[in-house]
Amino acid sequence: MSDTLEDILAQGLQALAAAQDLNQLDQVRVHYLGKKGLFTEQMKALGSMEPEHRRSVGQVINQAKNSFQEQLETRKNTLEHDELSARLASEGIDVTLPGRGQSVAGLHPVTATLRRINKIFSSVGFKVVEGPEIEDDYHNFEALNIPAHHPARAMHDTFYFDAHTVLRTHTSPVQIRVMESEAPPLKVIAPGRVYRCDSDITHTPMFHQVEGFLVDTDVSFADLKGVVYEFLRTFFEKDIQVRFRPSYFPFTEPSAEVDIECVMCNGNGCRVCSHTGWLEVMGCGMIHPEVFKAVNIDSEQYSGFAFGMGVERLAMLRYGINDLRLFFENDLKFLEQFN
Amino acid sequence: MQISEAWLREHVNPAINTEELVAQLTMAGLEVDSVQPAGAVFSGVVIGEVVAMGQHPDADRLRVCQVAVGEAEPLQIVCGASNVRVGLKIPAALCGAVLPGDFKIKKSKLRGVESFGMLCSEKELGLAAEANGLMELAADAPVGVDIREYLSLNDALIEVDLTPNRADCLSVEGIAREVAILNQMDCAATQIEPVAVTHQDSLTVNVETTTACPRYLGRLIKDVNPKAETPLWMQERLRRSGLRSLGPIVDVTNYVLIELGQPLHAFDADKIDGGITVRYARTDETLALLNGQTIKLDNDSLIIADDQQTLALAGIMGGNDSAVSGDTHTLFLECAFFAPQSIAGKARQFGLHTDSSHRFERGVDATLQNRAIERASQLIIDIAGGSAGAITELTTDSALPQRATILLRKQRVAKMLGITLDDEKIIDIFHRLGMSVQTHADGWSVTPPGFRFDIAIEADLIEEIARIYGYNKLPSSRLLMRSELNPATEAVLDIERVKDLLVDRGYQEAITYSFVDKDIQKIVAPADEVISLKNPISSEMAVMRTTLWCGLLKAALHNTNRQQSRVRLFETGLRFVKKDGQTHQQKMLAGLVLGSAYNEQWGEKTRKIDFFDVKADVEAMFGLTACGVQFAQANQPALHPGQTAEILSATGASIGWLGMLHPTLEKQLGFDNQIFLFELDQNLLLNKTIPLFKPLSKYPSVRRDLALIVKEEITAEQLLACINGSKEPTLQDAIIFDIYRGKGVDDGYKSVALGLILQNHTQTLTDAEIDSIINSLLNILIEKISAKLRD
Repeated sequence: MSDTLEDILAQGLQALAAAQDLNQLDQVRVHYLGKKGLFTEQMKALGSMEPEHRRSVGQVINQAKNSFQEQLETRKNTLEHDELSARLASEGIDVTLPGRGQSVAGLHPVTATLRRINKIFSSVGFKVVEGPEIEDDYHNFEALNIPAHHPARAMHDTFYFDAHTVLRTHTSPVQIRVMESEAPPLKVIAPGRVYRCDSDITHTPMFHQVEGFLVDTDVSFADLKGVVYEFLRTFFEKDIQVRFRPSYFPFTEPSAEVDIECVMCNGNGCRVCSHTGWLEVMGCGMIHPEVFKAVNIDSEQYSGFAFGMGVERLAMLRYGINDLRLFFENDLKFLEQFN
Repeated sequence: MQISEAWLREHVNPAINTEELVAQLTMAGLEVDSVQPAGAVFSGVVIGEVVAMGQHPDADRLRVCQVAVGEAEPLQIVCGASNVRVGLKIPAALCGAVLPGDFKIKKSKLRGVESFGMLCSEKELGLAAEANGLMELAADAPVGVDIREYLSLNDALIEVDLTPNRADCLSVEGIAREVAILNQMDCAATQIEPVAVTHQDSLTVNVETTTACPRYLGRLIKDVNPKAETPLWMQERLRRSGLRSLGPIVDVTNYVLIELGQPLHAFDADKIDGGITVRYARTDETLALLNGQTIKLDNDSLIIADDQQTLALAGIMGGNDSAVSGDTHTLFLECAFFAPQSIAGKARQFGLHTDSSHRFERGVDATLQNRAIERASQLIIDIAGGSAGAITELTTDSALPQRATILLRKQRVAKMLGITLDDEKIIDIFHRLGMSVQTHADGWSVTPPGFRFDIAIEADLIEEIARIYGYNKLPSSRLLMRSELNPATEAVLDIERVKDLLVDRGYQEAITYSFVDKDIQKIVAPADEVISLKNPISSEMAVMRTTLWCGLLKAALHNTNRQQSRVRLFETGLRFVKKDGQTHQQKMLAGLVLGSAYNEQWGEKTRKIDFFDVKADVEAMFGLTACGVQFAQANQPALHPGQTAEILSATGASIGWLGMLHPTLEKQLGFDNQIFLFELDQNLLLNKTIPLFKPLSKYPSVRRDLALIVKEEITAEQLLACINGSKEPTLQDAIIFDIYRGKGVDDGYKSVALGLILQNHTQTLTDAEIDSIINSLLNILIEKISAKLRD
């Protein structure tokens, strides 16, 4: 009896060692431990034995069965490990190959620049407002204190549709439109396309401006300077030099041009700044009393400032673009550089 | 305006160099555009005098000259100029001289005769673009003196870009006045004495419109020498002011214009019939101008006329018939003050822009006329002789511009500038600016000088204080603002989100011109009424786009012409549509796709983009707003009739279009690639449904698939509409997951595989319930679109 058990165990262990995969191993398991397995049969045979033998014989069978099971587990672990190793080895890929599917493109550099400007001003509560591009003479000129025949009209090469309808030459008409419909305090920026009848190496007949204005009680030129300084330093992420120069716009008084230290040469003088070390980046000033009058805002009670800047100009300085005309050719080789 | 620094410094000469002077002007609001040396770079050229001259033995056109140059012996110089003659004073370049263009003068032999230098023309010295022979110097030019010194060529030409408000600086005296203010110095005005009146003749002057012409001065100057020549010093100063010499009389009027800022006009008095009248033109009158142009006048053109004819467009340009010429013996000199509003816009109306109109429309000092006419008379008599008659003056004091006294409140200065300045400081600034000041308890009454047309209100005075004090010395403050929360409208999606979506799906953003080629516009949108520019920059930018496709197609072509085989672009912006006489400016979003669906890559087979690739991008945008839209089969002239969808909102409003560019247009526009386009109205696209929570079901969902045979023309939309229209409460979703045509399906029919997902909120659906629901849905399909279950 015990001989047979030993034989079974020896054969069983041999079979376990011979099993080459989990499938074969399972067959071995069933052959020995299944319902009709050899060890199971041995256990069943106990039933017909004398009760006094049962215990000792049962122990022997259990020992043999346990050592078989132990081996089975070990073998199973080995085979599983081998199998996983083989799988891992076979599933290796070249991870340096590019990923599959659609690639990401990008925004136009003008949009990217506008977003930064909008974000900076929005963070202190300026509201973004847009206006029409086909504009009437009143909003583009008259209400901004530029009556017909005013010499300042010569500063704007205007596209006309008829005597009273133009393509807006600046974003300042939005200032009028907002002040006509809303009461102070106002904090607005107005980005958008503007048009001038001029086309050469440094001018395109369409470009983008951002107009900004603030109207409240007790707004001073010092506030304007503060906002402009902060904005320019935030935009260029640099503690750049900024200077204000007296200038003239019919819709502001006092008026100023704002220069920044040339970001190309750090103010040392280069081709971009015509060797002056300074770059003109925006016009600004305190809103003219005539403009307030046109929109029925009491200039005794309220004061305000306005500023306007060219977006392409800022984008060129920020990203080092040297040709304005590239902005509207939409050459992918250009656009993709800003992705 | 361009001025000579040396001329400026004759009036005011601060101890600062050119660079500092220029910086000072720029920072005072007189922006300097450029600074150029007055003469080209050259050296070693002195004043020479031809003392003897002989024929070259071997060359007909060459002369052998002996030229005195201030040395012991004259130099022998061979010269080929036709105007060389004995006694002539000329610039002589000595051996060792370097002329413009780094041209070195050496001793040389010309056809065997030695030459020790070169006699120069204005062109050779870089003083003129063209020259006709040697530069002839005045008879009293000192021999041997360096020509740079003699012509004061060590001078800088300063180009000042004046803003329209600073008419007072449109002269050397005007800028000198400003420099004096900035340096706290005095400015030396040109000393002008009245000329002696030596005859009694005059012309009668009649001013019909005193509002337009508050002051008119005229005088006859007789017996001028028509052959007189403008002295070199004056020619040089004019050249340095950017003006050409045009004969002594015109040169004098131009000189006074530059010096004082007062435009003058000289008429040939022999061409004038009777007296002078200043009046508005009659509508039928014409005038032949000095520049050869003949203009048709209208009744708001201010003119100078005699008893018979029109003579000049007042303050803008003289007429050709009465112009001074080489045989003018008697001239009538006009010096007037024309009101800015009577001149403004008139020059532009006739396509003119003159130094005179530029000044009159901005404002000329109304106190200047007497000085100016005396100055011009003196210069004319000095140069061309002649005798002056008395000045005829017609002045209407009440029509002259009055400088109103402006009240300036102390507290207002502080409020606007954010700084409290000392009273003395403010008063000092006003005094330096030539303003008269009266002090009150809480401010000042300030009267600006006559030449400051730009100072009319309190804010103007505040600007002057800031300007002279220095913008950069003024404080800058951290903004303390009243803040209100900006609205956060959830029902409108931000367009920037949609742009990001497209960028993430591989679309590059483009920005194209809002005005487009008329022909392309016509091809792309033949039915649209266009809005045309009156003054387009070119025919390629002549009409406003009625669709963003025009620009995108042009941009795509630009790229395909540059070896780009795959283009994905989008743009946002306005389109301009005319409807019932009204202009509509509509915010649109458009896209264009051509080439392969994906960039060429190892893991995907390269395939051409198709309708459904682009439709997925469009659907993704609507996915952001959670608003249901329909894609309806439709026709659009620019698109392929079989691959066009009109996108409709739930209420049936047209949101836009999606489709393949019509093959005919594809060819017409020069593509050899299929192109897909979409364009959507932003206002409708961005309508966002604010989410409303629905409770989740705890019970399992079940899916049943149906294979249906339907007629070919039944669209997916129609089929799904039947299902969704059933209002079956347990229906969660219906998906078309396969379309099959071919074996087993008759021609003209297709098999559609439909997956239906059902779920109940209150209990698990039983098989019997599911069967009943599916049957009723199937019945609707059978009834409405004659669908059959596939066997």
